[in-house]
Amino acid sequence: MTAASKIVAMSLTDRAKRAAKVAAEFADKVDVEGRFPSEGMEALKAERLMGVMIRPEFGGEGSNLTEVADICAILGQACAATAMTYAMHQIQIASLADYAVDSAWHEAFQTRICAEQLLIASATSEAGIGGNLRNSICAIEVDGDTARLTKDATVISYGAHADAIMVTSRRHPDAAHSDQVATVFLKDQYTLEQTSVWDTLGMRGTCSDGYIFKAEAPAEQILPRPFAEIAAQSMLAVSHLLWGALWYGIAADAVARAQSFVKGAARKSPGQVPPGALRLAEASSLLQLVKANVVAGLKQFAACKGDSDALNAMSFSVAMNNVKIGTSQTILTIINHCMLICGIAGYKNGTPFSLGRHLRDAHSAQLMISNDRILGNTSTMLLVNKQDTSLLG
Amino acid sequence: MKQTIRSILSKHGNLPVSVENIVDSADLYDAGLSSFASVQVMLALEEEFDVEFPEHLLNRKSFSSVVEIETALDEILKDQAA
Repeated sequence: MTAASKIVAMSLTDRAKRAAKVAAEFADKVDVEGRFPSEGMEALKAERLMGVMIRPEFGGEGSNLTEVADICAILGQACAATAMTYAMHQIQIASLADYAVDSAWHEAFQTRICAEQLLIASATSEAGIGGNLRNSICAIEVDGDTARLTKDATVISYGAHADAIMVTSRRHPDAAHSDQVATVFLKDQYTLEQTSVWDTLGMRGTCSDGYIFKAEAPAEQILPRPFAEIAAQSMLAVSHLLWGALWYGIAADAVARAQSFVKGAARKSPGQVPPGALRLAEASSLLQLVKANVVAGLKQFAACKGDSDALNAMSFSVAMNNVKIGTSQTILTIINHCMLICGIAGYKNGTPFSLGRHLRDAHSAQLMISNDRILGNTSTMLLVNKQDTSLLG
Repeated sequence: MKQTIRSILSKHGNLPVSVENIVDSADLYDAGLSSFASVQVMLALEEEFDVEFPEHLLNRKSFSSVVEIETALDEILKDQAA
């Protein structure tokens, strides 16, 4: 039995927990220095967790999205930057695994991802279009067997640390802004000229710098399915669910810290209910709402997977949007509750109850695909969408 | 019916190209139809034909081309007559 196959024989949860332990150790340092969470990511690679969603015939484990979401939640409790990097990588994996079927290049690439534990970034944001994933200005130019692309990418999370980048563009120079394709470019096929620095309030370790991306590669690296389909059926839902899972993780760790604070106070004065106890009960109830929201979303995704009609249904988009809105808003309330419970010990850095990093990281949740944009999108759909009031799923 | 669909698309579809240049089977999303515009088109169709789109037709596919819209409307009108 090889070292890799020994690791793969263990449960995903155990492997994720071991990687999370490493990530947790460096979380504060990654945050303070605003640097890539290399220790956590190396640990994830050592646990062979990068390609788990890929089919076994290409070296993966055929894991489902719920299993990967749980890894994200485990990592979220340890280091949000590691969790977000892992989640964003898995969003690319989900698109590759499901929307490049029968494409020889992409299948061989998936084999490489598993064998070499490669990290895949994405470049969707572009100067001049804001954060709208479904619009591109840049166009890929195919000349014979060669594809060339230049993109003014305002954000490429962990771009400088990735082994490959999946880039959206218009299908050809005459295509409409929304007629897009996604192309995988390998590290030795592109150059990155840095245009902005990711110096932010939170999620500092994702290193989401801006770049002028220039690449040339064989045209077979363009994903065969239109990006419209990948975005609608996979990328948006998978993003909301994996992000929701790791945001839940951040809030869960905050509640754990608040709980140990209250416990400590209870030990010091036996027989009395500590002052933060009621608030902790409130935070726990809110945390359960977040968990239920993510779990319900994952269940709905699992039920719809592979059924393009169900994935394209308006009610599915509304549900996934609601997972994102609900989790991103509620975790802030939860962490704020925890801060009130822990008081100065929570506000201060470097205590066992510090919550500053959690609160700052959590603030990114409302902005990663702006909640206002998502609410606008949902409100349009609600003009015609029929409510599903059944509890049976 | 195609002509009515086309006139509604031209009024509410907010397409970057003229509807006359789009063939019946062409993908409207590729032509630049946004999800917001597709809902506006749907509302206008409901008003025009005095129908309501049922849940199972509220998806991208139903609005992906002139032909698909016609198929969806045919189905709704047939159900209503029955």
